[in-house]
Amino acid sequence: MSAADFRKLAELFPNESVTHSYVQDIELPLVDGTSPGTFALVTLDNGLDHSKPTTLGPNTLIELGTVLEGLRDRAARGEIVGVGVTGKPYFLVAGADLSTVKSVSGREQGLWMAQLGHDVYATLANLGVPSFAFINGLALGGGLEIALQSTYRTVSTGAGALALPEAFIGLVPGWGGVYILPRLIGPEHAVKVMIENPLSNNRTLTGPQAFELGVADAVFEPADFVEQSVAWAAKVIAGAVTPARPNAVDPAAPEVAARWAAAVAKGRAFVEAKTSNASPAPRKVLDVLEANRTLTQAESAELECETLADLMQTNEFRSTVYAFLDLVQRRSKRPAGAPDRKLARPVAKIGVVGAGLMASQLALLFARQLKVPVVMTDIDQARVDKGVGYVHAEVDKLLAKGRISSDAANRTRALVTGSVSKEAFADADFVIEAVFEELNVKKQVFKEVEAIVSPECILATNTSSLSVTAMAEDLEHPERLVGFHFFNPVAVMPLLEIVRAPKTDDAVLATAFELAKGLKKSAVLVKDAAAFVVNRILLRLMGEVTAAFDEGTPADVADNALRPMGLPMTPFVLGAMVGLPVAQHVQESLHAAFGDRFTVSANLQTLIDNGMKSVWAPEKGPDGKPFIPAETLALMTFGTAPSTAEEVLRRTQDALAEEIGLMLAEGVVAGPEDIDLCMILGAGWPMFLGGITPYLDRVGASERVNGRKFLAPGVASEPA
Amino acid sequence: MSRTPSNGKISSGKPSSANSRTIREVVFVDGVRTPFGRAGEKGIYAGTRADDLVVKCIRELMRRNPSLPAERIDEVAIAATTQTGDQGLTIGRTAALLAGLPRTVPGFAIDRMCAGAMTAVTTTASGIGFGAYDVVIAGGVEHMGNHPMGAGSDPNPRFMSERIVDPAALNMGNTAENLHDRFPAITKDRADAYAVASQDKLAAAYANGQIQPDLVPVATMKPGQGWTVNTVDEPPRPGTTVEDLAALRTPFRAHGRVTAGNAAGLNDGATAALLASADAAEELGLPVKMRLVSYAFAGVEPEVMGIGPVPATEKALKNAGLGIEDIGLFEINEAFAVQVLSFLDHFGVADDDPRVNRYGGAIAVGHPLASSGVRLMNQLARQFEEDPGVRFGLTAMCIGLGMGATVIWENPHHADYGTEYPTTETGAAA
Repeated sequence: MSAADFRKLAELFPNESVTHSYVQDIELPLVDGTSPGTFALVTLDNGLDHSKPTTLGPNTLIELGTVLEGLRDRAARGEIVGVGVTGKPYFLVAGADLSTVKSVSGREQGLWMAQLGHDVYATLANLGVPSFAFINGLALGGGLEIALQSTYRTVSTGAGALALPEAFIGLVPGWGGVYILPRLIGPEHAVKVMIENPLSNNRTLTGPQAFELGVADAVFEPADFVEQSVAWAAKVIAGAVTPARPNAVDPAAPEVAARWAAAVAKGRAFVEAKTSNASPAPRKVLDVLEANRTLTQAESAELECETLADLMQTNEFRSTVYAFLDLVQRRSKRPAGAPDRKLARPVAKIGVVGAGLMASQLALLFARQLKVPVVMTDIDQARVDKGVGYVHAEVDKLLAKGRISSDAANRTRALVTGSVSKEAFADADFVIEAVFEELNVKKQVFKEVEAIVSPECILATNTSSLSVTAMAEDLEHPERLVGFHFFNPVAVMPLLEIVRAPKTDDAVLATAFELAKGLKKSAVLVKDAAAFVVNRILLRLMGEVTAAFDEGTPADVADNALRPMGLPMTPFVLGAMVGLPVAQHVQESLHAAFGDRFTVSANLQTLIDNGMKSVWAPEKGPDGKPFIPAETLALMTFGTAPSTAEEVLRRTQDALAEEIGLMLAEGVVAGPEDIDLCMILGAGWPMFLGGITPYLDRVGASERVNGRKFLAPGVASEPA
Repeated sequence: MSRTPSNGKISSGKPSSANSRTIREVVFVDGVRTPFGRAGEKGIYAGTRADDLVVKCIRELMRRNPSLPAERIDEVAIAATTQTGDQGLTIGRTAALLAGLPRTVPGFAIDRMCAGAMTAVTTTASGIGFGAYDVVIAGGVEHMGNHPMGAGSDPNPRFMSERIVDPAALNMGNTAENLHDRFPAITKDRADAYAVASQDKLAAAYANGQIQPDLVPVATMKPGQGWTVNTVDEPPRPGTTVEDLAALRTPFRAHGRVTAGNAAGLNDGATAALLASADAAEELGLPVKMRLVSYAFAGVEPEVMGIGPVPATEKALKNAGLGIEDIGLFEINEAFAVQVLSFLDHFGVADDDPRVNRYGGAIAVGHPLASSGVRLMNQLARQFEEDPGVRFGLTAMCIGLGMGATVIWENPHHADYGTEYPTTETGAAA
């Protein structure tokens, strides 16, 4: 076949942002006094600046394939001795154009897309002369596979990110990556690159790491990367250099077969631990890897194409693209409902009321990211000293790890001070409280602060469950109060819920959003409603599971019922992590606000009253599974209406669909997309759920409860 | 008076500029340059930054001299005539950082128009002689596509009102026409014949592989074309005939003599050289391609700036205690044919003397202003190696606003290298 045979596919995507393949002939430099000949260098370039990555779609692939076919003919005529592929500055290629792939409709089109890639890459791998990929920058998925399909590879020390993230996206590295990589760098490393990295926050490799693993044969610095790569290619073509490839393996060797099987098994355990096998893609990657040890490359290619075609049809894949591209990469950058940023006021000093753990974490974050003075206050010097001491100790840890320079450490330490007097807030522009979750305490704090600060100083609360509106009631300037709700651990979790109370003015809100950006957090605007978004959904979920447990469902059945969702942890483990008293406190607030949808568990209260920190015992039982100690069980009482795991799951799905439907009706956020963004960034819910509403749509809960889906067809599901 | 290369050793562990001071010998270790490009949108370096061109040169020097630890470089002096934009921000320092040299290596920018790189060499060489440096990088760059000659300059009105400089002298082509006026024997025909010979000599040098070894390849990427790697000079027009040149217009004066064919073009390019004290070169195992004998700069009337190399050479010869007859090889920059011919006439050297510009000159290869000095040195060094019978050579160039620069070098391949040489009192044979 020829790339041109795929025109019917390309015609379906007339709006593709095409990455062109430009060819330049280069006379190779002399090697030992002899000229190796002419080298054809292909540059992949979409003609746009570095903010618009080059991607692979059908039109792009056809152009590349046609160019490579021309070079194959020239090689046959003896006109060229080698072919190189490189990219525009900072990119080899960012991989397949996911928007295009997501909108592929029907299995046949998906299969064509998979076959087109293989057709083009097979040309690259069989030019009749050696091919070289010069990995000058980002190379993801199909981009890195261009390199893997080449005979040789160089990589720049400045190359930003190299990865095969397909398992994360919901696909397999099915343009040859899954076949070539284990042979090139060994099955263990291949599982790390194709499974462990994608499922660990989509981790990527740097250029030097890729070289270290054996993904590339040579590494050069960015300043003259192309020149040095071409010079290296000349030496390889002339036979003066032969890459060593110490990690490469022969799959036919018996000891490699054992290593291969062990690596696959390790990968499967990793997938199980990370995702509960709730998404098909990681499993499929391992299936293809396991099978292809004894397959030819052509046989594997066929399997890869069929697998890709299947996975492109899954809603897990479509949900991931929605979550990753539409939400995390796009919507989080332009928060819905945020006022014009020009209204934002400068913040040159920050006050933090309280010097407890949360307050100290906030002080550290503000000082590190905003680089403005931060003053913490508390009721006595000992507490103040402890809070400031915490910040200093954290700075020292960062310094010890080499994460910051000693100058930066000095600067950050100097920025954070403490005081027992709120007078220290006199010249602050933004004062946030992180004191005890008690409305009257917080109102009293703000009353004292307001007596000291300027009329423009913004007041913020980190409350997770109290009414921001009620907190503003007695303020002289209620328009200055805004909710600024972080997630634990503050330094790690990327979400910030910015809460608008009825009187909060636009300048205050705009400043809050600019602060969030400065803190490198993704902010979502929420209305002042009990527990806002993330905690309301999490507690509704935990409440359903706990209720089933209280009704008599066995603990392991109740706690594992949601495994098909692939959440980061089970409800009981989450409750223990948050702290049972905290969870119970928020649940009570929600019960007060919304009634019986949020049931307060008497059993949990008993555990709390007895100082228990978790339903499960701190250590696992003799069979390696969690268990409830007899003394804990003795404290609790249970009903006589046990549920099956399926019933608990369905009940939870329905509860979530109901709660989210109500939240949208109340106008808590602008749309279901913001709910999803919150759950991904604030609770770490997996992208293959699309956050949550795509999942509720596809399992039918939305229609069962609300009579309609949250999202239109094609947004995170099969196009209509 | 006699001069000998010093054999005095200064151990690297001791202070080099101290109470008991010795002048130290300075050697040219190595030099490279980018291929030169034609300035303008169609040129190979359109869209490429000047500082990146310098970086390529510095990195190539480091690769070619692996025994030199980067932290031993004591200075990076880079010349540029227009020191703004991609040639601004103290380009010697920025280029050092961009090239990946240690942050402990300092750098500065230098300007003497066309003799920028040559002045970078002499200035840092003086620092070596004085004991301030052991090893330096000196070079120059001019991206005349990004920085047209004189762009952004603001000549003082007193130049005109007090007749300090004829405003016409700020245009180099006019000064070349003035030089033809002063020396009527230098006709347009002679200038054209000289220019054709320059093209022919460069073409022959390329064919013999004498140019390529000191070029550093430069990868460039243009919109809609992709990456390529530039390995040869763009300006040369091999095969040019006197008939071709006769047909060219004379842009500076109606019925004048100076044309685009008998002058250097507008070009982009960069050069860099490695200099060291003789002791440091020995300590670090660095090759010695030339020994610095003497140098001089001299001023002339700005209106005939092309004559500058004459007094500069006389001064440099006098400093060296040499006569013009001692000079076996000349690398003289060809800003204009008339300017080279006036030099040759002054010293009684024939237009086609084989000692002069054996590889052709700037008329063929191009003249990215502040970079050219090191190109002359690279070529002289290579000719020294090819011709061990020659003991002394000279690099010279004219400079805008009426100056000349000359550096005299000794060939380490010569049998008598390192021994005393007889000196003349006058220093000039004319």
